[in-house]
Amino acid sequence: MRGDAGVPVRLRFTKHGPVRFISHRDVARAFERAFRIVELPLAFSAGFSPHPKVSFGPALAVGYESDAEYLDLELTREVDLERMVDAVSDALPEGMAVTGASSLADRAPSLQEGITALGYAVELVGVAPADLGPVVDAFVAATAVEVVVTRKGEERIDDIRSSVLALARPRPAEAVVVVEVATRPRTLRVADVVNGLRAVSPDAAALEERRVVRTHQWIERGSARHEPLDVDRRSDAPEGATRALEACA
Amino acid sequence: MSSLWPRIEPLLARVEKPARYIGMERGSVRPDHHPEKVAWLLLYPDAYEVGLPNQGLQILYEILNERPDAVAERSYAPWIDLEAELRAHGLPLFSVDTHRAAGDFDVLAFNLSAELVYTNLLNCVDLAGVPVRAAQRRAEHPLVMAGGHCTFNPEPLADYVDAFVMGDGEEVVSEVTEVVGAWKRSGRTHREEVLRDLATVPGVYVPSMYDVEYDGPRVVAVTPKHADVPAVVDKRTVADLGDWPYPKQQLVPLIEVVHDRLNVEIFRGCTRGCRFCQAGMITRPVRERPLEQVRTMVRDGLRRSGYDELALTSLSSADFSGIDDLVGGIVADQEGTGQVSVSLPSLRVDAFTVGVASEIQKVRRTGLTFAPEAGSWRLRQVINKLVTEEDLYSAVDAAFSQGWRRVKLYFLTGLPTETDADTMGIAELAKNVVAIGKQHTKGASATVSVGGFVPKPHTPFQWFGQNSVEELRRKISLLRDDLRRSPAKLRWHDAEASFAEGIASRGDRRIGAVIERVWRAGGTFQEWSEHFDLSRWLDAMAAEGLDPDWYVTRHRTEDEVLPWDHIAAGLHRDFLWQDWQAALAEHGLPDCRWTPCYDCGVCTGYALEHVVAANVPPAGGSQGTGQDLAAGSTVPVRLLPTVRGGRDREARVAG
Repeated sequence: MRGDAGVPVRLRFTKHGPVRFISHRDVARAFERAFRIVELPLAFSAGFSPHPKVSFGPALAVGYESDAEYLDLELTREVDLERMVDAVSDALPEGMAVTGASSLADRAPSLQEGITALGYAVELVGVAPADLGPVVDAFVAATAVEVVVTRKGEERIDDIRSSVLALARPRPAEAVVVVEVATRPRTLRVADVVNGLRAVSPDAAALEERRVVRTHQWIERGSARHEPLDVDRRSDAPEGATRALEACA
Repeated sequence: MSSLWPRIEPLLARVEKPARYIGMERGSVRPDHHPEKVAWLLLYPDAYEVGLPNQGLQILYEILNERPDAVAERSYAPWIDLEAELRAHGLPLFSVDTHRAAGDFDVLAFNLSAELVYTNLLNCVDLAGVPVRAAQRRAEHPLVMAGGHCTFNPEPLADYVDAFVMGDGEEVVSEVTEVVGAWKRSGRTHREEVLRDLATVPGVYVPSMYDVEYDGPRVVAVTPKHADVPAVVDKRTVADLGDWPYPKQQLVPLIEVVHDRLNVEIFRGCTRGCRFCQAGMITRPVRERPLEQVRTMVRDGLRRSGYDELALTSLSSADFSGIDDLVGGIVADQEGTGQVSVSLPSLRVDAFTVGVASEIQKVRRTGLTFAPEAGSWRLRQVINKLVTEEDLYSAVDAAFSQGWRRVKLYFLTGLPTETDADTMGIAELAKNVVAIGKQHTKGASATVSVGGFVPKPHTPFQWFGQNSVEELRRKISLLRDDLRRSPAKLRWHDAEASFAEGIASRGDRRIGAVIERVWRAGGTFQEWSEHFDLSRWLDAMAAEGLDPDWYVTRHRTEDEVLPWDHIAAGLHRDFLWQDWQAALAEHGLPDCRWTPCYDCGVCTGYALEHVVAANVPPAGGSQGTGQDLAAGSTVPVRLLPTVRGGRDREARVAG
C-alpha cells in the first residue's frame, strides 16, 4: 500500500469557472494526463492492469467550484515539490491549479478515511438577504431538521441537524451562507442543507442554491482540526519543499 | 456578436453532462473574429462525445485557424435537454469555443459521417435561427455547407444544404474561404452570387444550380442550370498525406468521448476492394504517411496530450508498409516514459497482424476485434473480403495464446446472394473461435456483432436491393437460436434502423422532405436507439407519397440513372458494374497496391498514384492480393513512381 516503496505526496488544488462542470472522474483523468505531460515519476500498482497510485478526497458535485480539493499520489523518487506544483498547474485544464503540496508520512490515513468535515460558501436565490438571518437562526436553534434525502436511489426522511457542524451568514448584505458539514456517518450534501433551510422556515420556501464553492476540508485529530496538507507530514521532509498557501480566508 | 456564456451558464446546471458545452479542451482556440475574416462554425451533428474526436473536423479547425483570413470554431448537436432549455429561453445554437451565436458565423459547415444524423443537421440549422430550406435563406444568413463520406450522395439534403464538398477537405477548404471572403468584402449582397462562384470550385457541389428531371418514380437526369457549372462534380484528393501532418494539436476533451486517445492517421484510402465498403471505394488511392512523420506525430502528440493510449488509424492499419518497423519504433520511442497502449483499428484477420498487435499492446490485453464480415468463404468472395477460415483461426489462436481473453467478431447479414447456410456460417465460426480460445484459457469468450447490410452509393453493391426488416430479423433470429446455448455472445444492430438508413443512403432529392418531416415530428438523434422510431420515417414516406420499398429493397438496373451519378469519386461506372457482376459470379478481385492495375478509374482519371513506401505486401496472408504470398516475398509488379523524390528513402527492397 501507500509508501511501500515510493514517496507519498499530498496536493491541494482548485476548480473554478466553467471547468466546474466536469465530474470527479473527469478531474481524475485530467490529473493523470497532466502527470504524464510533466513526466512525473508516478508509482504504478502491480497486476494485470497497472494504474498510477493516485487517490482523491471526497467527490465534489458537478457544477460546484472549490478552493480546497486534495489528492494523494505516490512517486517512485523525490521531486522538487515547488517546481512540480507549477508544472502540474500549467498542464491542467484552465480553471484548475495546484495550490500546495506536502510530503506525506508513510502509511498516513487516506483522504477518504481522514477527512471529517467539509466547508462551503453557498450563494442562495429566492430569498432577500434580510430574510435570510431568521432562517439561519431557526436552523441553528432547531434540535432536529428533517428532510427527504435520496440515498442509493431511495427516498427517506433523515434528521440532518447533527451533520451540520456550523452555519452562518458571513456578510449580512448578501444571500450567502457558509456551512460546514460532517462526513460521518455519511457525507451530507449541500442540496440537503438547502432543503433543511426550506424546512425550518415558511419564508424560505422559494430558496435555491445558485453558486456553491467548497472552501475547506478538515481532518479532525483528537479535538483539533487540521488542514489536510498540515497533518501526516513526513517528519524528515526537506525544508522548503512544502508550499501550503494560506488555508483560505 | 458577443459571448452568450452568461446566458448559457445558468442553464448548464440543469442538464446532463454540462461539460459538453464548455469547450476549453487542450488544443482548442478562442479565435479573434474580424469583419474581414471568414468565420466558420464546424459542426458535428451528433452528441459532443461522438463528434469531438472526429479527425476531419479537427483537421479543418486547425487549417482554417492557421489562415490569416479565417477563424474556425466548433459546435455539436446539443442534447435534447439543453435544446429544450435553449428554445425555452430563446437562445440559439452556439459555438463551444467562444459561445458565439451560430447565426453570427459566415459558414455553418457540417461533417456528415452517418445518414441517420441528417435530422440533427436540420435541427442545428433551425436552432441557429437559419431557415432550414436553402431556398428561403437570404444574404444575411450563414452559408450551410457539408462534407464527409455521406455527401457522396448529397441528394437527400440537396434542398437544405447550400453547398457540399466532396472528398479530402485539406485544400478545398482554403479555396472556399477565398470565395466566401471575396463575397463578404464585396458587401455580401446576393446569395446567388456566392453560390455561383462556389459551384465553379473543383469538388464543390451546389445543388440549387442543378435541375432534376423525373419520370414517375425514376430520376432521369440531373442537369446544370448554367454553362459554367460542371455536369459532374469530382471529389478532391490530397495527393500526398505527408504534406498535411494534421491535426498537430489533437483536442484533448475534458470528459470521456468515443475513441478517447491519440489518433494518428497512417494512411488514407484503401484498395482491399471490399465491395460493401463505401469508405474504401471513395477514398482511393492509397496514400501512406511517411513513416518518420508518423513517428514524430506520435511522439509529439503523446507528449503534449498526456494520453497513454494511441491508435494508428486507417481503413486497414496492418497494411501500412513496414507496419512492424513502425510499431517497433514507437515502442522504442516510448521506452522509459510510461506505459502506452497502442491499438490498430480495422485489424486484418491473420496471425501476423496479431503478432504486431501483441508487440505493441504489452499492457491491458483485454479484447481484440476481427471483421470477417461474412460467414462462408463463398460469400466472402462475393463481398471480396478474402479472409480464409484458416486466416481467422490462426489469428484467433495467436490472440488467445498471446494473452488476449476476449475476441470480438464483426459480421454483416443481408449481403448479396446470402443464403441461410452463409448466415449460419457466422454461428459456426463463432463456436469454433470459442473452442480455440478454451484450449488456451478457461475464461475465453467471443462476442459476435451482426449488422444489417445497407448498400451504399459508389460501391459495386449500389445496385443491390437491401434486405427487408423482416428478412434481416429472420436471419438474426436464426443466429440467436443457434447460439442460444453457446458461450459466444451475439449482438445485433436494429434492423429498423438499417431500413431508415437505407432510405437516406440511396435516396434522391425527394427524400429531403421525408427527413424534414421526421425532424418536425421530433425525430432527432436517430443514431441513438432510445430516440429512433421507424414509424416516423414510414409515416413521412407515406405523407410524401413515396414507397419505402422502391428506395430500399428494390434492385436497381444497369441502365437506371442513379441519383448520385453526377457526383464522381473517380470510379468508372463500368468498373463498378463489372465488379458487381464479378461479385455475383463469386470472383474475388486482388488488391491493386501489389498487383497490376485493373483501372477502377481513380488513378488514371485524376492522374494520381498510390503513395506506398514498399512494393512488398504485408507478411502473413493472401488476403486481397489474390496470390499466395509468403512473408517477405516481392510482388511481381513495378513500384509506382513516387510523387516526390524524398519518398525514395522509405522504399524498402524485399530480402
